[in-house]
Amino acid sequence: MSDFLDIGALTDIPQRGARLIKTHHGCIAVFRTAEDTVFALDDACPHKGGPLSQGIQHGSAVTCPLHNWVIDLNSGEAQGADEGAVRTYAVKVEDGRILIDRAGLAAPMAAE
Amino acid sequence: MTQKLVVIGAGMASGRALEHLVETAPDAYDITLFGAEPRGNYNRIMLSPVLSGEKTYEEIVTHDADWYASNGVTCRFGEAVTGIDRGRKVVTTEAGETAYDKLLIATGSNPFIIPVPGKDLPGVITYRDLDDTNAMIDAAATPGARAVVIGGGLLGLEAAAGLKLRGMDVTVVHLMGHLMERQLDPAAGYLLQRELETRGIKVLCGANTKEIRGDGKVEAVLLEDGRIIETDIVVMAVGIRPNTAFAPEAGIATGRGIQVDDTMRTDDPDIFALGECVEHRGMCYGLVAPLYDMAKVAASNLAGSEAAFAPVETSTKLKVTGVDLFSAGDFQEGEGREEIVFRDATRGVYKRLVLEDDRIIGVVMYGDTVDGSWFFGKLKAKEDISDLRDTLIFGPNFAGGAPLDPMAAVAALPDEAEICGCNGVSKGQIIAAITGGATTLDAVKALTKASTSCGTCAGLTEQVVAATLGDDFVLPEAAGMCKCTDHSHDDVRRLIKAKELKSIPAVMQELNWKTSCGCHVCRPALNFYLVADWPGEYQDDAQSRFINERVHANIQKDGTYSVVPRMWGGITTPDELRAIADVADKYEIPTVKVTGGQRIDLLGVKKEDLPHVWGDLNAAGMVSGHAYAKGLRTVKTCVGTDFCRFGTQDSTGLGIKIERLLWGSWTPHKVKLAVSGCPRNCAEATCKDIGVVCVDSGYEIGVGGAAGMDVKEVERLCKVETEEEVLEVIAAFVQLYRENAQYLHRPYKWIAKVGMEWIIETVVEDLPRRKELAAAFALSQTFYQTDPWAERAQGGQAHEFTPLADLTQVAAE
Repeated sequence: MSDFLDIGALTDIPQRGARLIKTHHGCIAVFRTAEDTVFALDDACPHKGGPLSQGIQHGSAVTCPLHNWVIDLNSGEAQGADEGAVRTYAVKVEDGRILIDRAGLAAPMAAE
Repeated sequence: MTQKLVVIGAGMASGRALEHLVETAPDAYDITLFGAEPRGNYNRIMLSPVLSGEKTYEEIVTHDADWYASNGVTCRFGEAVTGIDRGRKVVTTEAGETAYDKLLIATGSNPFIIPVPGKDLPGVITYRDLDDTNAMIDAAATPGARAVVIGGGLLGLEAAAGLKLRGMDVTVVHLMGHLMERQLDPAAGYLLQRELETRGIKVLCGANTKEIRGDGKVEAVLLEDGRIIETDIVVMAVGIRPNTAFAPEAGIATGRGIQVDDTMRTDDPDIFALGECVEHRGMCYGLVAPLYDMAKVAASNLAGSEAAFAPVETSTKLKVTGVDLFSAGDFQEGEGREEIVFRDATRGVYKRLVLEDDRIIGVVMYGDTVDGSWFFGKLKAKEDISDLRDTLIFGPNFAGGAPLDPMAAVAALPDEAEICGCNGVSKGQIIAAITGGATTLDAVKALTKASTSCGTCAGLTEQVVAATLGDDFVLPEAAGMCKCTDHSHDDVRRLIKAKELKSIPAVMQELNWKTSCGCHVCRPALNFYLVADWPGEYQDDAQSRFINERVHANIQKDGTYSVVPRMWGGITTPDELRAIADVADKYEIPTVKVTGGQRIDLLGVKKEDLPHVWGDLNAAGMVSGHAYAKGLRTVKTCVGTDFCRFGTQDSTGLGIKIERLLWGSWTPHKVKLAVSGCPRNCAEATCKDIGVVCVDSGYEIGVGGAAGMDVKEVERLCKVETEEEVLEVIAAFVQLYRENAQYLHRPYKWIAKVGMEWIIETVVEDLPRRKELAAAFALSQTFYQTDPWAERAQGGQAHEFTPLADLTQVAAE
């Protein structure tokens, strides 16, 4: 069973912008696209840990601000010639609220 | 034995269900139809043409008195049902009770009224039925009457267009970033907004209504940002909610709507429901196609044969005469999804197909929708389109043929459009030269002088020549800005001015961008070009800026930031130094360093501390040093005549004046200056973008120096005698650079392209032109010369600096 946690309103994030949620395991970047789709990824580029939340978003990808790696927001995978992936989280939008899957948040602890 | 069927609600869904029922089982039921409106069923979708005056009410009636009579339907219109007693199987109205064997609830939906002060004032109108429509028509009868439509969705825009046709002054207030965001992507939304604006409808997107004001009736709408729009009526068209009416009290299972199963039965097997009032598998419906499907299913089950409702894809069209728009399926981007985008700027056409696994899953079309149903058919059929893919976007009539003309944007320019700004050459003059016998690009250039000065219009000139000569011309390969466009930076800059493009969606549409919202290469460039070309008019797009310019600090490898306060001309004071030291202590800033530009750099600042750091620095009188900007960075100075025994002029004072002139300006790349007080050049002015070296008789100005990846000495621009002239020449030079250079080209690269000769002619020798450029720079500065730190220290852009949520508190459970 999925248990979703309300983390804020869709309009709290500007279109093509991103904001962070702080967790015990580090920051998660929550992205809102031009078309109001929401994605959540670890805020660390697989390359050198750059804060993806600070990058420029285009389509459903974000360009890392440190070295221009392009990360697919849906899969978390680096695009083009670069290889690597960042952890993604299940999120959804209901009635203008952004909800994140609590199970996904707990997973890193369970893995220990 | 004939059973009694009672139908509550005489709208389109129940109307269609009754049609099916009397057709398949004419004698099964004795039917009584209640309707809250004092009239029978009419085509509610066609209210918009009634509003605009293109149709009359009589033309949209679907079931008249004759129909009800000949099919034996007892009509009780204008009689609202107030309750049901399921135990005794009766419905209650003012007139009494009516018994049923089977009940069909089709109460439709209620308009959603946003809960703002003034929502109940006379003059606030919803848009659901004929009475609403008539109220709007009445309001429009007063000459000069004004209307505000809240909601830029399907219904709101139809209302706006209708009211405009009736002569009203109409403003649409829409909460989201673009119109019809549920059906359209931003590109199509832009085209729609442009079309509505050309019809004289004002459109405010991203506008949140705070209050409806008025004394006894509507007088104005107040927006969250403080804007006030005076108006006579307010049309509330923000959405609908299922009208579950008495169902919850009657104990019928209700969620957002009345819950039904696939047979359209509620949890009471004798009670059916359909239309906008129901919730089926968690979904509520508002478009007519699924409602008609429900009607068929409900009628079949009422007639005794089994049928099940299965929702299908629906498409949307906007019913505004002259607006062609089509939307279907899911057009969000996502993993494994691809898109095919077609744009024809001249005709205002935009088509986008979203594909997944070689199947169409979404269609957005604007301007030319004739192929909409063809695409929609393939979408519904989940047809594999891999064989058609190359030409799919061109629709069913296309097979093979020539690829799209990449020069469409150029071909569409009017004859008077200026191609070469330096020499004032229009497209018409180039065509005239060609019809006059010039058959090569060089001949055209020689005759017209087009692209022979600064050269930035070379590509454009070539395209005009190519378009005019046709097959006789071979277009040389020009590098596009990025993968999103074939246009070069220079062409884009020229076309932004020639076509007066004033937003990023406008540029992308008119210049046939190949992606829907660009990429990290073109978006910052376009944002700069628009900032530079349309000061005061263009709305800066923060999301198109690199993070450093968005948060006004430099990102470091560990995600922290560095902060550099401005020190005019490199001069500081003990108080400023104390304030910097205090800030470094207070926020535990690990590193404090002196930069090469005579500034102090605070390194390792946490992002959420930035506004507080700035607030403290502001309080000590310091502003942003723009050490992060593609803009004016620093003016480095030596101490000049104040202290130096060799100084010839007040180099420090002049440096401060230059910095005060230039700070806050956005440029294609960073700009660094220096002023040295004598030719010993202690400020290293000869390797700067602009360097001033003072001599006894005046000031030597050099430009195009570099000391980065390339090392270059400045080239001499001119020598002037007064500080005023220095300031004017520098302002003119910077403005020329802003207007012409390619994004991310430092001045030396730009100069190499356009030639020092032309720059000297323009900035030094042509005095009127120099003054014009300096004035243009001054105008631009009135908009951009503000301290970005102050705004953010006071709480502006807070979303950039605070987390959305802190789960370290809750996730611990």
